[in-house]
Amino acid sequence: MGKVPFHVSVAACATAFLPSIGLAATDAEVQSLRDELARVKAEYAERMAKLEAQIAQLTPQAEVGATAAIETAVAAPAAPPAEAAAPAQVARSAATFNPAISLILAGNYTNLSNDPEDYAIQGFVPAGEEIGPGDRSFNLGESELTIAASIDPYFMGSLTAAITAENEIELEEAYFRTLALPEGFTLKGGQFFSSLGYLNEMHGHTWDFIDQPLVYQAFFGGQMAVQGLQLKWIAPLDFLVELGVESGNGDYFPGTRLSRNGLNGLVAYGHVGGDLGETLAWRTGISYVDLDAQDREFEDVNATGEDVLNAFTGSSKTWVVDAELKWTPVGDPRRQYLKLQGEYMQREEDGDLAYADSVQSLDGSYSSDQSGWYVQGVYQFLPRWRFGARYDSLDSGDTKIGLVQQGLLGVDDFSILVPGTPTRTSLMFDWSPSEFSRLRAQYAWDDAAEGPTDEQFFLQYIHALGAHGAHKF
Amino acid sequence: MFRKILTAAVALLAAVAMPTHAEIKVLATTADWGALTAELGGDKVNVYTATSALQDVHQVNAKPSLVARTRTADLVVANGAELEIGWLPVLLQESGNPKIRPGSPGYFEAVSAVRLIDVPTNVDRAMGDIHAQGNPHIQLDPRNIAAVAKALTARLASLDAGNAAYYQARGADFQSRWAAAMKGWDQKGAALKGAQVVVIHKDQAYLVRWLGLQQVAAIEPKPGVPPSAGHLAELVTKLSASPPRMILRNAYNEPKAAEWLSQRIEAPVVTLPFSVGGTREAKDLFGLFDDTLNRLLAVKP
Repeated sequence: MGKVPFHVSVAACATAFLPSIGLAATDAEVQSLRDELARVKAEYAERMAKLEAQIAQLTPQAEVGATAAIETAVAAPAAPPAEAAAPAQVARSAATFNPAISLILAGNYTNLSNDPEDYAIQGFVPAGEEIGPGDRSFNLGESELTIAASIDPYFMGSLTAAITAENEIELEEAYFRTLALPEGFTLKGGQFFSSLGYLNEMHGHTWDFIDQPLVYQAFFGGQMAVQGLQLKWIAPLDFLVELGVESGNGDYFPGTRLSRNGLNGLVAYGHVGGDLGETLAWRTGISYVDLDAQDREFEDVNATGEDVLNAFTGSSKTWVVDAELKWTPVGDPRRQYLKLQGEYMQREEDGDLAYADSVQSLDGSYSSDQSGWYVQGVYQFLPRWRFGARYDSLDSGDTKIGLVQQGLLGVDDFSILVPGTPTRTSLMFDWSPSEFSRLRAQYAWDDAAEGPTDEQFFLQYIHALGAHGAHKF
Repeated sequence: MFRKILTAAVALLAAVAMPTHAEIKVLATTADWGALTAELGGDKVNVYTATSALQDVHQVNAKPSLVARTRTADLVVANGAELEIGWLPVLLQESGNPKIRPGSPGYFEAVSAVRLIDVPTNVDRAMGDIHAQGNPHIQLDPRNIAAVAKALTARLASLDAGNAAYYQARGADFQSRWAAAMKGWDQKGAALKGAQVVVIHKDQAYLVRWLGLQQVAAIEPKPGVPPSAGHLAELVTKLSASPPRMILRNAYNEPKAAEWLSQRIEAPVVTLPFSVGGTREAKDLFGLFDDTLNRLLAVKP
C-alpha cells in the first residue's frame, strides 16, 4: 500500500514542476535546468525501482495482492506524458505491462415474504448453493475482481475471482485463450463459463435482473463453469456462425468428478446471428450438454420429516435453445433500445438413485425428463433508465423413481422430487448514473417452492472500478 | 446425431466460404475512416463500416454481425485513443482473427498519425468520460484527415504490396484534392475566427481549434455526464448577458438540452454532421467539411 502514494506524488510533482520553469527562463538556463531535472528524475526512477523491488520482496503476496495492484494500475496512466527523460520512460513502460484490472462492487437489500431457508425449486434436484433469492435484509454481493492481459503473441489470460461476504474467494474463471490460431479458431483452456445458451457466460454484473432465470438455477446451479478446454470456430461469412465444443473433467452440475482419465462430458453449441436492417440485431443458437454423474448427492426430507441424503449416478443430457433480439429504434443504443431474449432447456437423466436415512440404505432406478424456459424484455426508454419484465416457467415432468415404483418407499419420501411446475414473474427497474454504476429495484412473485407465493423485493447497486470492461452482445 | 449435423454444417460452410476475390476486406469503426479508406483504396478494398454518424461511438454493441465482419477482415481501421474501448476489444478477441490484432499490419489506428489535444495530466473517473490518451475525436480538423490519409496510404501499400503503386497514386490524388479543398475551407472559415460557441461534449475540440472558435461553455458539466437542471440554470445566468454566436450540436446528440438553452439565451442551435452521413449533405469527407462550414456560416454574427 505505502509505495503507491509515493509513486503518484513524485509523478504529480514532476508534471507540475516542469512547465512553470520553462516559461520564465532563458534558453541556457532552460538547458541547464533540463539536464538537472533529467538527472534528478533518473535518480528518482532508480531509487523508486529499488524501493519497489524491496517492498515486493518484503510484503507477503496475500496482503498487497489486489489493492496494491489496482492502485498501481490506476496510478500508471497519471504519469506525465511525452517529454519525460529516458529512465522515467523505462520505469513507466514496465508498469504498462501490468494487466488490466477491474473490480465490481455489488450489494443489495432483500425483502422476502417467505423464509429463504425453505426455498426450493419443486420437482428438481437441488443444484447447489447458488439457487434461490439469497438472504434477507442487507447483503454484500460478490466483489468480483478480474485481471486480464495478453501473455505473449500467442496467448491471453484472464482471471475472475469473486470475494464473497463470507470471506471466501470463489474462482469464477481462470483461463488462457489463443490469439494466433488461423482460420477463425480459438482454443480456451482452464476454468471458464461454458458458452452454452446465451446467459451462461455472462458475469453477474451484466445481468439484466438481480438473479438468474429459474431454468439456469435448476439445470446448471446458476451458471456452468467448465474445467477443461473449449475449441471455437467462427465461419468466414458476413453473418455470425459460431461452432464450439467443450470438454473437461466433468465436475460441474449436473455432472460430477469421475474417476476416469481423459475427457469427461461434452458441451457442443452453435450460434448464428446478424442484422435485420439498420435497427435490429439478432442471435440464436442451440447447445447440447452431455455429462455423467457419480454419486451426485442432495439432501431431502422423507415422509417422516427426517433429513435424508440421496445420490444420483447416471447420465444427464440437456438441450438448450436460445434466441435474442435487440432493437435500437434511433440506431443509437445509448438513447433507446429494446432487448428481448428467451431460452428453453430440456434435460433427460437416467441411472440409479441411492436413498439413505438413519435406518436403511436403498438403491433403485431413476429417470426424469424435465424442461423449462424463460422470456424477458428490457426496454431502455431514456438514456440511463430501463425497465424489464421476465417470466420463468419450469415443468419437472413425472420423475420415475424405482424405489417408489417397487413400493419400497412412498412418493413423499422424496419430497423435493414430487412433481411441480414452478413459475416466477419478475419486474425490474434500473438507473445507471454512468457507464460504471447502476442502481436497480426488482420485484418478483416466486412460485418455485410449494406453498404460498414468495414475494421478493430487491434493491441493488453494481459499481465497476478500474479497467474499462467491454461487453458482449 | 448431433455430430452428424455438425459435420454437415462445417462442410457446407467451408464450401460457401471459399475466397472468391482478392480485394482487401476492411472493417472501419467509424463512418469517417470508412469513407477515407474507400477514397484511398478505390476498387481494391471492400469497406464495411461498423457504426453510423447517428450513433455515439463510445457505446456500441459488439453485435453478432460485427463479430462476423471482424472475423473476415484483412484490415481494421480504428479511430483509437479509447474511443471504441467498450466494444472493439471484444470483437478483436471473439473473432479469432490473428491478422487484425493490435500491433499487426492488419490493425490501423487513425490517432497514431496525429497529435492529440486535451491529454489529461491526471485521470480519474470522477472527472467523467475522459480519455487517458487525449481527445479522440480528431476527424473535425481537415489537417488531421490529411495526416491520417498519408499513414493509411502507406499501410494499404505495405499490406497489399502488389497494388502499392495504385494506392500511392490514389493517395497523391486525394492529397492534392484535399489540399485544394482545405484552402477553400480556410478562406471561408476565416470569418468564424473568434466566434463564441457553446458546445455539448468536448468532441468538437478539434473543430474549435482549427477554426479558432472561442468555446465559452459546455452543456455537459463533465464529459459524458448529462447536464442537471442546476447546471443549465447556471449556464443561462452566465451566458444571457453576452450570448454566444451559436450552440453547436452533433447530429447524434439528443437535441433537448441544446434547444432548451437556445430558447433562453437567444443563441441558435447549429446541428453539425460530426461524421460522414450525419447530415444529408455530408455524403463524403469533402461534404463533411463543406456542410459543417456552410452551417456555421449560416449564422450571422
